Amino acid sequence: MEDIKKLEEFQAKIDAEIKIEPKDWMPEDYRKHLQRQISQHAHSEVIGMQPEGNWISRAPSLRAKVVLLAKIQDEAGHGQYLYSAAETLGKSRDEYIEELQTEKAKYSSIFNYPTLTWADMGAVGWLVDGAAIVNQVSLQRTSYGPYSRAMVRICKEESFHQRQGYEIMAHMANGTPEQKAMAQDALNRFWWPSIMMFGPHDSDSPNTGNAVKWKIKRETNDELRQKFIDKTVQQAEVIGLTIPDPDLKWNEEKGHYDFGEMDWEEFWRVVKGNGPCNKQRLNHHKKAHQDGAWVREAALAYAAKQKEKQLVA
Amino acid sequence: MEKKDALINYCLRLGDSSLILGQRMAEWCSNGPILEEDIAMTNLALDLIGQARTMLTYAGEIEGKGRTEDDLAYKREEREYYNTLLSERPNGHFGDTVVRNFLHSAFFYHLYQALKNSSDEMIAAHAAKSIKEVTYHLRHSAEWLVRLGDGTSESHNKVQESLNNLWEFTGDLFEMNEVDELLIKEGIAVDLNSIKKDWDKTVNDVLERATLSRPEDEYMQTGRLDAMHSEYLGHLIAEMQFLQRAYPTAKW
Ligand SMILES: [Fe+2]
Ligand SMILES: [Fe+2]
Ligand SMILES: [Fe+2]
Repeated sequence: MEDIKKLEEFQAKIDAEIKIEPKDWMPEDYRKHLQRQISQHAHSEVIGMQPEGNWISRAPSLRAKVVLLAKIQDEAGHGQYLYSAAETLGKSRDEYIEELQTEKAKYSSIFNYPTLTWADMGAVGWLVDGAAIVNQVSLQRTSYGPYSRAMVRICKEESFHQRQGYEIMAHMANGTPEQKAMAQDALNRFWWPSIMMFGPHDSDSPNTGNAVKWKIKRETNDELRQKFIDKTVQQAEVIGLTIPDPDLKWNEEKGHYDFGEMDWEEFWRVVKGNGPCNKQRLNHHKKAHQDGAWVREAALAYAAKQKEKQLVA
Repeated sequence: MEKKDALINYCLRLGDSSLILGQRMAEWCSNGPILEEDIAMTNLALDLIGQARTMLTYAGEIEGKGRTEDDLAYKREEREYYNTLLSERPNGHFGDTVVRNFLHSAFFYHLYQALKNSSDEMIAAHAAKSIKEVTYHLRHSAEWLVRLGDGTSESHNKVQESLNNLWEFTGDLFEMNEVDELLIKEGIAVDLNSIKKDWDKTVNDVLERATLSRPEDEYMQTGRLDAMHSEYLGHLIAEMQFLQRAYPTAKW
């Protein structure tokens, strides 16, 4: 009885656009949904450091190196805020990381694709951060307070990343024939995985039901994907690159672009762990974690000794 | 030797050491023991590469042949690099990196403290700006050295070994030649003998807090002044310069 009343009050708050805060009562499924979604988002920021980190040492100018380093540092910071937001739901960062490493938690599949040329630093910023922004702008209005606030902070930096990525692409598209070829190739490789970042079609998306009712998710996968495509097509045209979709066409009547069908077989294959870099990314993360174990132990031991000294003194 | 050539060489020494150490620190990205350290080490890399840009740009200006920071970073070979031998040591494990950074940051710290009074305005301004960054680098590495030295017996043994291995590269930091001699007379450069005792004090204080023992000064490697390096530097710059070398007509 009491639970039904609490649930009604909870839904009333959601309907009145009042944010849910960590100490508030919430249904167990709401908590679980957010733990899963926010930690997945945090893991994505952290795993995403790898494909971009792959080019820091080879950045073609000192300015480009600094811009890339600063971007990756922002992503690490996003990981940090998001782990903190996820911790307010009653699980520690260590537990979340354990779930990542034991493959109970996922991260965005886009990071399971390799970065093969410098143009990929452009494509990742322009398309991957670009797609992330569309999703995250929408999540600024999500019903869970800490998540919503983390998104507001993160979105500002993401739009900066998107512009910097686009700048790299524009520069290369106007460069030597080799540079232009690299830029087009990067777009060819990253286009479809980027638009699949929004997830399956609404009709095939099992998690949408309660997430919409609870206003965790404010717009559906297909709505968000359409927004991203509409804003990106023109950007490609401006710099003279071709989006690798023969079915892409402006639909006057709908006021949107029509586009071709995505390869869902590939999508599920990568989600299930068989993308080109899934094993590499996870092993890299585990290795760094294991290599650092003695350092974390030493820091704890040192802190414990200091505490003891203070007590004695 | 003319003053101009000496000054170019002096700027390259400063800029190259920052660049190479910065490139090393950037290798830690996504490999740190905790996320906070990834962020901190990226910060160090950003500061160091920023410092390198200032000094390489200045070296190019003094030279007057239109070479930019990127021409100097990407189009010189290893025998034209004047970085410290310590800066190019591989990262190794986290303790190796902490020790290398500590010894190097302590050097930069005292060097920049002294160079704030350089009669060359650019160098004085560069030192004044860098000292803020290097103060943080020194604190960061010293704190970790103390934690690791006085942490577990495993961590203690590991960093003591790192210290023993890296010690032979510390003599190179203080080597001087006619470039120094000429620029010291002009009030531009610093007599490295005069900062050696400050460096010793900083190192000894922190090693004591870290319960580590200072290695004996046995044979010291040298090379920085003659652009003589370890084999490691060639690989580092080959990787760093790849795109500029592969596409010489491209702009990035
Ligand atoms: Fe991010
Ligand atoms: Fe993101
Ligand atoms: Fe980003």
